[in-house]
Amino acid sequence: MADQITDTTKSRLIHYATHLGDNALILGHRNSEWCGHGPVLEQDIAISNIALDLLGQARNFYQYAAELTGNGATEDTLAYLRDVPDFKNTLIAELPNGDWAQTVLRQFFFSAYQYYLYRQLQKSGDAQLAAIAEKAWKEVSYHLRWSSEWVIRLGDGTEESHERMNRALDLLWTYTGDMFIPEAYETEVFAVDPARVKADWEQKIKQVLEEATLTVPENTWTQSGGKKGIHSEHLGYILAEMQFLQRAYPGAAW
Amino acid sequence: MEKNLEDIFQDKIDREIRIEPKDWMPEKYRQTLIRQISQHAHSEIVGMLPEGNWITRAPSLRRKSILLAKVQDEAGHGLYLYSAAETLGITRDEMYEQLHSGRAKYSSIFNYPTLSWADMGAIGWLVDGAAIMNQVPLCRASFGPYARAMVRVCKEESFHQRQGFEILLTLSRGNEAQKNMAQDALNRWWWPSIMMFGPTDDESPNTIQSMRWKIKRFTNDELRQKFVDICADQVKILGLTLPDKDLTWNETRGHYDFGPINWDEFWQVVSGNGPCNRDRLNARKKAWEDGAWVREAASAYAEKKKSEQKVA
Amino acid sequence: MNKEWPLWEIFIRSRQGLDHKHVGSLHAADAQMAIENARDVYTRRMEGVSIWVVESKHIHASNPTEAGELYDPANDKAYRHPTFYDLPDEVKHM
Repeated sequence: MADQITDTTKSRLIHYATHLGDNALILGHRNSEWCGHGPVLEQDIAISNIALDLLGQARNFYQYAAELTGNGATEDTLAYLRDVPDFKNTLIAELPNGDWAQTVLRQFFFSAYQYYLYRQLQKSGDAQLAAIAEKAWKEVSYHLRWSSEWVIRLGDGTEESHERMNRALDLLWTYTGDMFIPEAYETEVFAVDPARVKADWEQKIKQVLEEATLTVPENTWTQSGGKKGIHSEHLGYILAEMQFLQRAYPGAAW
Repeated sequence: MEKNLEDIFQDKIDREIRIEPKDWMPEKYRQTLIRQISQHAHSEIVGMLPEGNWITRAPSLRRKSILLAKVQDEAGHGLYLYSAAETLGITRDEMYEQLHSGRAKYSSIFNYPTLSWADMGAIGWLVDGAAIMNQVPLCRASFGPYARAMVRVCKEESFHQRQGFEILLTLSRGNEAQKNMAQDALNRWWWPSIMMFGPTDDESPNTIQSMRWKIKRFTNDELRQKFVDICADQVKILGLTLPDKDLTWNETRGHYDFGPINWDEFWQVVSGNGPCNRDRLNARKKAWEDGAWVREAASAYAEKKKSEQKVA
Repeated sequence: MNKEWPLWEIFIRSRQGLDHKHVGSLHAADAQMAIENARDVYTRRMEGVSIWVVESKHIHASNPTEAGELYDPANDKAYRHPTFYDLPDEVKHM
């Protein structure tokens, strides 16, 4: 498909694949910070599995974007040699882990988004995007299940866990809107317009939060800009850490 | 009567019949196993920390995935081992308590810092290599659950050493800075790695009983020699050197001779004075304490659901 | 106060058509979590297609000291095994 399309479309396809890769990489990176520090051994393993799935998705999207880009681009030049404004991930992915409540709620909001998005992306006219989405959707279905259960368990657990979930909800809610503000590259035919998955997402969130005895916040103000490359302060620190070796030893093979 | 049971027990061991949790066993056998298996489990989960350091700094997406999968495997190995120990009548929480209070030990190697990416290679090649050398005979340990856990561990462990060697090989073929990085890592990890086999045989009083019970199959010095022999050859493929000027092939012995081990350092690190003892233990304690409310909430929720089901 | 999550025994069917086999144990707050933990802990390398979990306290086991009376009596019943019987070579498959 890439051969017959206009330059603008091709550039948007590259942006789109990169954006999807960024989402997965940045949240995968965050989740990987838990490895060795989880609240119980079994869940340490679970969150690392999710991180590994997301890293795998990132690599698939980046490899595709790199192939379309040419000029020696690789999954690693995309991950390691771009700066903050070049990253197009949605803001919620880059927020710090906080406590387990914040981590599982962030995962829940994000996985629900990915779930409905990938479900539609499997029907994309771009065969490669559709294939990646098909594989990833199965993984995300499990992430959604795992994170929903944790949200419910903590929301409806003890007084302390309920309180912590409320705090997480208060913090994260204002970052959820960013996922649904469409960028130009998301409105092409090969993409899934996030506005089209918003209703499903909202319904899922409402259902799970209700079961968790939590209330959907009424606040509709949202932080925004991630998909354009305008980020929170947190992303810079992630990249500084993640890219350090590639930056310190330019051109080296690892 | 007691004597008789002990004879029957030893006879089973001698005939290579595995001991299972509900079988009669001498109390000292049980205690030895609990100590050894829990130490081993602690080593796995404390061992996640020095490598975990580098997950967020891994230099490529491929390396990042591999390292994360490897460190995650170590959590799995800890879990298998805690489970094996639990069949002997101790809970995981009790074992954690022993670790956190400093009463239980773990492998001293993890009290050394990981200072560069090459350390991921050195740990994989040397530390995991030494661990495998120790662990393969344990797949035939006389206690069934321990042996079965070790079979699973060894099966998964095999990629760990290979990925480490591959890291070092890549660095040794890289630029000057990378080569130096690799050599520096070997310089720092070599001696602690060969200390991993524990004190020399004449300083290791428990070895004889453990071998009689077939918990151990080889002595510390036997395993150490085997490890040195293998590494002394493999390091040539890397084009790097091991930091021991006395390391030479001894034709008569059919083994490599090696220089004196600094046992003073070994005992200092065991007793808490390694560069990272405090950091490691604090990180484990913090994870455990920070997770308390999570574990409690999940229990509370499970209880709630159970009683709702009863009512319905 | 801080009660440990119960222990569960994990059984995994490695391939369609095979029995579930005991693979080890783990901790989980409830059965659902035990299944998911088992998925994350024991099937990271495609080891399974189906999982059973049983809370360890519900397992009832035979007593090893009774092994003699339970299993030895089967020792002298060689006639239960096909190799006990001598048949002429002409009978090819039986």
